[in-house]
Amino acid sequence: MAMDYYKVLGIDRKATTEEIKKAYRKLARKHHPDLNPNDKEAHRKFQEINEANEVLSDTESRKKYDKYGDQWKHADQIEQAQRDQAAAGGGRPFSGGQPFGGFGGGGSQFDGDQDLGDIFGSMFGGARGRQGRFKGTDLQAELHLDLRDAAITTPRTLTVNGKQIRLTIPAGVDNGQTIRIKGHGGPGMNGGPAGDLLITFSIGNDPVFKREGKDLFVNFDLDLYTAVLGGEVTVDTLDGKVKVPVKAETQSGTVVRLKGKGFPIYKKDGSFGDLFVTYVVKVPTNLNARQKELFEQLAKA
Amino acid sequence: MKTPDMDNDTLIPVELFCSTCEVEMHLIDSLEESGLVQITVMQSHRFITQEQVGQLEKMVRMHEDLGINVPGLEAIHHMLERMEALQEELTLMRNRLRRFSDEG
Repeated sequence: MAMDYYKVLGIDRKATTEEIKKAYRKLARKHHPDLNPNDKEAHRKFQEINEANEVLSDTESRKKYDKYGDQWKHADQIEQAQRDQAAAGGGRPFSGGQPFGGFGGGGSQFDGDQDLGDIFGSMFGGARGRQGRFKGTDLQAELHLDLRDAAITTPRTLTVNGKQIRLTIPAGVDNGQTIRIKGHGGPGMNGGPAGDLLITFSIGNDPVFKREGKDLFVNFDLDLYTAVLGGEVTVDTLDGKVKVPVKAETQSGTVVRLKGKGFPIYKKDGSFGDLFVTYVVKVPTNLNARQKELFEQLAKA
Repeated sequence: MKTPDMDNDTLIPVELFCSTCEVEMHLIDSLEESGLVQITVMQSHRFITQEQVGQLEKMVRMHEDLGINVPGLEAIHHMLERMEALQEELTLMRNRLRRFSDEG
């Protein structure tokens, strides 16, 4: 967490207050979260510039920072310790705050909003400063779901900032989709509305099914004999198995569409997309002498 | 997951917004002129709907913190809308491509 605030703002250690302000504004215009929606890297960067600006634009904290570096928040304690040391007659001067490694242990100086529920991978509350003057801050969170979880409407309890929120996630949410839950962000000020909670879904890949919106795709290994002679196979769907007739002389790569066996459609109860089954014809291996002979006959027939 | 929310129609007096956010009234006037905020007038009092508050605060922040003027805000507003549409399209395309890859 140790960063050089001067480097963050790209300024000289002797920079004037005016130069600091100018450098801050220039960088803020580039990385401000309002100008970079859904960009975590920009948000992170902006928090760094903000932090640097907060420290360096204040004469007092800048002085402390110049003297003690990233230990600047403990300046008073360090100075007190120095006085105690001097009073004890030791007289060994401290140089540059280096001996005080112990103070840094907490590492929690700029934690911000870290009180996340276990499901929440990340949350960034946005900028400080003016943010949330009237309307509360919008909070962003990411929720990971399996493909199969996303196929069922499920009630969930999430913990955000120590508060439990109960919500129902409708079946059919898509990877990267964001839902806005009104009023579950930061509290408003002076009668202003509370902020919102924005949840972005991240849906993992399934080992069996591929999804594209409301449709599902699956490969099915078809033995040569069924492919040639036709028959019936049992195909896995999201909610069980279905029997599918196979036409004689089915080519490898043939796609059949199973209507209504795909993914549930978001917020359309009872509607489903389709399941597309691609047949991959498997040629038999490890043939015995008799089988090989039969194939040879077939080849000449 | 939109919960029915009556609060969106709640009207907030422009004066209250301005005093809380320490914003000059004429900024709100210019934003209205540019069509970036809609003001409701009732019995000669001016209000904004709660729904617009977040957006309005965003523009105020850009104006005050970043020194962007109203024509600039107007341009940014349009670009952000386009950016959002593009991001949506990108997500859609990415999800499509996932069909052909084994990892995320």
